[in-house]
Amino acid sequence: MSERLLLSGLVAASVLAIFAACLLGSTPLPPERLLAAFMGGAEMGDRLVVWQIRLPRAIAAFITGAALGISGAALQGLLRNPLAEPGVLGVSASASLFATFSLYYGLAALSPWVLPLAAIAGALAATALIALAAIRTRSVVTLILIGVGLSNFSGAAMSLLMNLAPNPFSLSDMINWMLGSVANRSFQEVGLAAPFIVAGSAILLMSRRGLSALTLGEEAATGVGLNLRNQRILTVLGAGLATGGSVALAGAIGFVGIVAPHIIRPFVKHDPARSLIPSALLAGLFLVLADIGVRLLPTSNELKLGVVASLIGAPAFVWIAMRRRALNG
Amino acid sequence: MADLVTRNLSVKAGKATLVHGAHLSLARGELVALLGPNGAGKTSLLRSALGLEKRASGEAFLSGADSEKLSPMQRARRVAYLPQQRPLAWPNTVRDVVALGRFAYGAAPGRLSPDDAAAVERAMELCDLTAFAERQTDTLSGGELARVHCARAFAADAPLLIADEPVAALDPRHQFRVMDMIRRFVDEGGGALVVLHDIALAARYATRMVWMKDGDIVADGTPEQTLTEARMAEIYGVRAHIDGRSVEIEGAI
Repeated sequence: MSERLLLSGLVAASVLAIFAACLLGSTPLPPERLLAAFMGGAEMGDRLVVWQIRLPRAIAAFITGAALGISGAALQGLLRNPLAEPGVLGVSASASLFATFSLYYGLAALSPWVLPLAAIAGALAATALIALAAIRTRSVVTLILIGVGLSNFSGAAMSLLMNLAPNPFSLSDMINWMLGSVANRSFQEVGLAAPFIVAGSAILLMSRRGLSALTLGEEAATGVGLNLRNQRILTVLGAGLATGGSVALAGAIGFVGIVAPHIIRPFVKHDPARSLIPSALLAGLFLVLADIGVRLLPTSNELKLGVVASLIGAPAFVWIAMRRRALNG
Repeated sequence: MADLVTRNLSVKAGKATLVHGAHLSLARGELVALLGPNGAGKTSLLRSALGLEKRASGEAFLSGADSEKLSPMQRARRVAYLPQQRPLAWPNTVRDVVALGRFAYGAAPGRLSPDDAAAVERAMELCDLTAFAERQTDTLSGGELARVHCARAFAADAPLLIADEPVAALDPRHQFRVMDMIRRFVDEGGGALVVLHDIALAARYATRMVWMKDGDIVADGTPEQTLTEARMAEIYGVRAHIDGRSVEIEGAI
């Protein structure tokens, strides 16, 4: 019952936040004009602001957050560790690397589709590697270590690319994109990333029951009837697709996938399966609000969404890690 | 008819032979204690008999079916398996942990059919956990947690139970309570195979004792037949005084 309350509360808050994101901005737009624009009435200018600029941006922020939130919650369930997130398995980093690569070689200039597709390819390459490893190994620690290796390699390769950047423009492109932002996103870009995010989320939701069983540990989970290998593959694949889609849309945005499930868990009796949907909603809500903040802050250069998310998320991450240490020794 | 049978079962890890040609059986109405020093191959024998670990040679059948060919869910409906205890990943409620015992029937915590819910209630009652149902597991003592694990095994309603050191690190009272629960399970028609390190406890409860050393089953029979001072010396390297089913260990040899 309290879960239903939590879900409806989060849905309502998310809708309100997206509505507010369309309302607020450099051009003030009173609610009645916004509603008129939603209905297809209103002036051309209002419709343009809402449909071409604010709404796609808000939706982009929401689905990016939702993808990271659901992936984080699922990976935490799989790895039985509250500090897991798409970054842990090296998926975000690999997606970033592939995208950076396409920027460096100017491939991204060939077509607006190259950059997002490269990010998704990177996420899938990392996921495939992890999935292969998941078949061979029984150890979650091994998977995490592979993720750490992937992250570090991708980070190093990105630094190399930045060092070698042919001109300041491609360098600033890369930096912009690595910091993470949903500025100037159109429904076209949302439409390209959304299928991957939806497919990944669907896989995660389908296989979520096994995450509850993993609470017992892998051996006992197998004992109660979980097909561990399939569970690993499905969770890694689902998280990979969703994360790849989110990186393609907004670049690398960290820590949302850790913080949202952490807040949600006490409300769903600490059951990983039941934490997926609320975590996705909360993370989406969080990014929509953060993006409103980014747009309203009177800075000369607009802050990057990823920077703001990390400024809030990183201290929370450290706090969770320290508390965990105190509890579990 | 026996429900779990292994014939000539061997398990290898690299070149080392962990279990060598084991003949093991477990039928309903039996409480079998599996004994042996650390590294004797008890856990490997259990896991390979269940089909969870690849065997090098031999056969293992669960209710007539090759255990390696069973899907995890089919296996879970035939035998409830309690591995050596690992800490729970999350502080779930007792009821939700016990409900995981119904996983093989399609249940999930918070989503139980009437049958599942009834089985969970029964198991919690059997293990005296009804008062703890909504407590978070991280607030329980080790003994209470052991009862939670027993309850989730019983909730599966499987005909067999295989428990790997279910009373390790428990105080004497809880050791007896857990063994009492397992005996009640057997009295009600189940069959239990339990790895124990406490010989006196095993002798008190077991209908049969299976003794392992260095990957071999060296003896298999009732406590009266197999529990001897010579065997204690052979298996554990201890000097013991045995009187019927009572055991007193006097020291290392």
